[in-house]
Amino acid sequence: MMPSQTDLTAARTTGSAVESGTGDTAEAPAADQAAGALRAGAGGTWQALRHDVGAMLGLGYIVLVTLVAIFAPVLTSISGWTPYEFDQTAIDPNLGGMPIGPWGGMGAEHWLGVEPGSGRDIFARIVYGARVSMSIALSATALTTVLGVSLGLVAGYFGGRVDLVISRIMDFLMAFPALIFMIAVLSALPASNRSGLLVVVISVFGWPYLARIVRGQTMSLAQREFVEAARAAGASGTRIVFREILPNLRSTIIVMSTLAVPGYIGTEAGLSFLGVGVVPPAPSWGQMIAASVKWYAVDPAYFVVPGVCLFLLVLSFTVLGDRLRAVVDAQEGR
Amino acid sequence: MTTETPSEALLQVRDLTVTFATPRGPLDAVRSLDLDLEPGGALGIVGESGSGKSMTSLAIMGLQPRAARRTGSVRLRGQELVGMSEAELRRVRGDRVAMVFQDPLSSLNPYYTVGLQIEEAYRAHRPGVTRREAHKVAIAALERVHIRDAAVRVNHYPHQFSGGMRQRVMIAMALSTEPELLIADEPTTALDVTVQAQILDLLQEIRHETGTGLVLITHDLAVVSEITDHIVVMKDGVCVERGAVEQIFTSPQHPYTQALLDAVPRIDDEIGELRAVAPSATPTNGGPA
Amino acid sequence: MPRFLLTRISSGLVVLLLVCLFTYLVFFALSPDPAVQICGKNCTPELIDQIRANLGLDQPFWTQFFLFVVGIFAGRTYGDGASTVDCAAPCLGYSFQSSQAVWDMIVQRLPVSATVAVGAAVLWLLAGLVGGLLSAVKEGTFLDRFTTGLTLTSMSIPNYVLALVLQYVLVVQLQWLPFPQAVAFADDPVQWFLNFVMPWIVLAVGYAAAYTRLTRANVLDVLRENYVRTAYAKGLPQSLIWRRHALRPALTPVVTIFGMDFAGLLGGALITETVFGINGVGKMAADSIARNDQPVIMGVTLLAGFLVVVGNIVVDVVYTAIDPRVRVNA
Repeated sequence: MMPSQTDLTAARTTGSAVESGTGDTAEAPAADQAAGALRAGAGGTWQALRHDVGAMLGLGYIVLVTLVAIFAPVLTSISGWTPYEFDQTAIDPNLGGMPIGPWGGMGAEHWLGVEPGSGRDIFARIVYGARVSMSIALSATALTTVLGVSLGLVAGYFGGRVDLVISRIMDFLMAFPALIFMIAVLSALPASNRSGLLVVVISVFGWPYLARIVRGQTMSLAQREFVEAARAAGASGTRIVFREILPNLRSTIIVMSTLAVPGYIGTEAGLSFLGVGVVPPAPSWGQMIAASVKWYAVDPAYFVVPGVCLFLLVLSFTVLGDRLRAVVDAQEGR
Repeated sequence: MTTETPSEALLQVRDLTVTFATPRGPLDAVRSLDLDLEPGGALGIVGESGSGKSMTSLAIMGLQPRAARRTGSVRLRGQELVGMSEAELRRVRGDRVAMVFQDPLSSLNPYYTVGLQIEEAYRAHRPGVTRREAHKVAIAALERVHIRDAAVRVNHYPHQFSGGMRQRVMIAMALSTEPELLIADEPTTALDVTVQAQILDLLQEIRHETGTGLVLITHDLAVVSEITDHIVVMKDGVCVERGAVEQIFTSPQHPYTQALLDAVPRIDDEIGELRAVAPSATPTNGGPA
Repeated sequence: MPRFLLTRISSGLVVLLLVCLFTYLVFFALSPDPAVQICGKNCTPELIDQIRANLGLDQPFWTQFFLFVVGIFAGRTYGDGASTVDCAAPCLGYSFQSSQAVWDMIVQRLPVSATVAVGAAVLWLLAGLVGGLLSAVKEGTFLDRFTTGLTLTSMSIPNYVLALVLQYVLVVQLQWLPFPQAVAFADDPVQWFLNFVMPWIVLAVGYAAAYTRLTRANVLDVLRENYVRTAYAKGLPQSLIWRRHALRPALTPVVTIFGMDFAGLLGGALITETVFGINGVGKMAADSIARNDQPVIMGVTLLAGFLVVVGNIVVDVVYTAIDPRVRVNA
C-alpha cells in the first residue's frame, strides 16, 4: 500500500504528454506528428535507461528471475532435487531437524541448503517460488492495467454519469481497508485456486490508483486539437479513445504499471506470509519466510535466502520504475 | 541628458550578461545589455517570450537562477549591485527596488493573507516596526492602489480577490517600502483587456505621484507606448533597437521591431496619438543604438 | 463548516455500511457453517440447529445483516427464552473460539496497537521530514543521491524480512536488545520499552522512506513556485522564506497522507505484530484468520474501515485549518 501513495503523488508530475506539432500546423497532420514524437520518445527512453546502472542492474535481475521461473523444471533436474522431496539425510534429527552442515546445509548436494525439519531442497523451492511470485504479480499487474486503463479512459472521455459512477467506486475502493479485507476474503474462500483468487483480489483493490491518473490525463487530452480534429472528421467515441487518446497515455501506463509490480509482489508474499496466499506445499517466497520465523535464531540462512531473493526483486522493479519515470518526466519537459 | 555622471542615473546597466552552463556549453540568456533610466523615468523592455527580457529584470535584482552567472555592471544610483553579497542584495531587494510579476495569483502565497504578505515586505526593511504599525502601512498601501474596504480586505487571502485586484495587491506590496525603482514584468498579461487598462493607469498614476522609476517589461508594444518614454527592444538576449517611444513607433530600424509593431492591433490610433506628442523635447537614449 | 462536516460524516457512514455489507456477504456466502464449527466434537443435529437459532443463522441474509448492523448501534440479545445473552451497544458478536465479546477483545488490544503505531509514527515523521528536507536542500549532491538510494532500498524490504534480520542481528548476534518478554509497563518499564523498539523501527522504515521522497518532492516543487520568487524579490531573510513560504505549503500534503497512514496502522499492523508476538489488534486478526474465527475478523475489518473513515474526516477538518483556500470554499 505504502509505495503506491508516494508513487501517486509523484505521478502527479507525469502531466502533459508530448506537445510537439500542435501549434500552427494543420490539425490532422498534428495528430500524426504527436504520434511520431512519441515513437521517437520510446527509443529515447531506452537510450537514456541503457546508461543508467541502477535501472540496468534491476532489469538484469528481473530477466534472471523470469528465466529461472520459466526454466524451473530444467534447473531442478540439473540440481537433482524437486521442491517436494524430503531429504532425511540432510537434517539432524538429534538437533530437532537442523540442517547438517554450515549455512543451513549449503553445499554441492543442496546448493542453497535445506529446510530445517523437512530437509526439502531450498534451491528447488526458490526456483519454483519465483514462478509463483512472478506469475501472480505480473498477472495482477496485467489485470489492474486493463481495468484501470479502460475504466479511466471511459470515465475521463465520456464524463457525466458514467464518470460519476466510476469515480464513486474508485473513492470507495480507495477508502476501503483493503489489506484486511483481502485477508478476510481469502481466509473465507475455499483453498482450491488461490493463485487466481489472489490475482483477482489484488486487482480489484489496485485498479483505482491507475484509473484515477488515466482519467485525469484523458480529460485533458480530450480537449486537445488532434482529438477535436478526429471528432470533427466523424470518428466514433471508441475509435477516438483507443486510436487517439490511448497511444498518448502509453508512457504513463508503462511507468505506473512498472511501479505497481513491486507492490503486488510484496502483497502476494505478505498474504502468503500470513497464511492466506498460495497453499502449501506449493512453494512461495513469502510462505518460506513465514516458515523460517521459528528457526531464525538457529538457522538464519533459511530466511536470508528467500528474503534476499524477494527483496532484490522488489528493489529491481522499484528502481526500474523510478528511473523510467524520471526519464519520461524529463522527456516531457518536467 | 546623457549618463556620463553615474550618480545622476537611477539605474545604469552596462554589458549585463547572464550565462547558463548547459551540457552543450555556455548559453547567454542576456548578452551585453546596456540600460539607462533617470530618476522618475520609465523604460520599456519589449520582446517576445524567450527574448531574455524577464531574465534581465531578475538579473538586475540578482535573482537569476542558481545555474546562471551574471556579469557586467548594474548600478543603482551609482552603487554597484553586481558582486554584492547576498545580505547586501537582500537590503536592496524589496526596499530600493521592488518587483511586480506577471501572474499575481501564483506570485502571492495562497496560505497567507495579503496583509501579512505586505507587512512582511515592509518589516523586512524597517527593523523595529511592530506588527500593528506594519498592518497600518498595509492598509494604507491597499488604499493607495484603490482597493475598497482596505481595512477588511487586508485580512483576506489571495484567492478571494479577482485577477485585477490581485495585481493591485502586488503593486501595493511593492510600493509599501517606497522603492526608488519598480520593475514590472508583464504586469497586465494575465489580465482581461479592460482590467489591463486600469492597472496601466494605476502604474502611471503612481509614477506621477511618487516619482518612482519604472522598468516595464512586456511583449506588447501598445502597453509600453502608454507609459514609458524609452524602449529597448530585445531579441535572443540582445538589444536590437533602442530609442524614444515615438521614434521607435514612427521609424523602426530593425525588422524585428517592425514585426512587433505589426502585431499591435491598435497601431494606427497609437501612432496618431504619438505623432501629436512627438515634437516634445524627449531626447534619444544615450546608449549605443 | 458544520454542513461540510455533515456531508463528510454521512458519506463516511455509507462507506462503513458498504464495508460491513461486503464483509458480511463474503462470510455469509463463502464460508463453512460456523454452527458446525462452534459445536465442536460432541455434536448432534439438534445442537447445531439450536446454535443456529441462537446466533440468528437460520434467518435470511438480509435479516441477519440488519440485526448485525442494529446490534452495533443498539446492542442485541442472542437466543430466546431461558438462555439469552445480552450483547451491549457496540455489539460485534462473540468470538467462536473464546466466546468473548469481539468488542471487548478489540478494546483490550487497541492500546497496544496504538503504542506500536504512535512510536512508529514519531520515528517515521522525524526521519521522513528531516531526510526529505536535507535531500531537497542539498539537491543533486552526494547526500541527496545517497538518500534517494536509501529510500528506494528501504521501500523494497518487506517488513517481515526486516523484522527477522533485525531480530537476528540485534538480539541473537549483538545482543543489544533482550528477547521480547510479555511485561506490563508498570512492572518493568525498561523491558516494556525495549520490546517495542524493533516493531517501531520495522514499521517506520517503509513509511520513513515514503515520507522522505514525498517531502523532498514537495519542497522542490514549492521552491519553484512564483510566490517563493516573490518572497526573494521582497528581500525577506532566507530563514523566513524557508519557514513561512516553503515549508508550510510543502508539508501540508504530508499531513493528509499522515492522517490516513496513521489511521490505517491503528487498526493493527498485522505482520509486524505477528512477527514480534505483540498482542495487539493486528495479531488478534492474524490469529483469528488462522482459526477461521469470523466474528473477530469481521470486527477487525469494520474497525479498520471505521478508523480509515474517521481518519479521512479528521484530515479534511485539519486541512481546512491549514489551507485557507479550502477553508473558504467549503
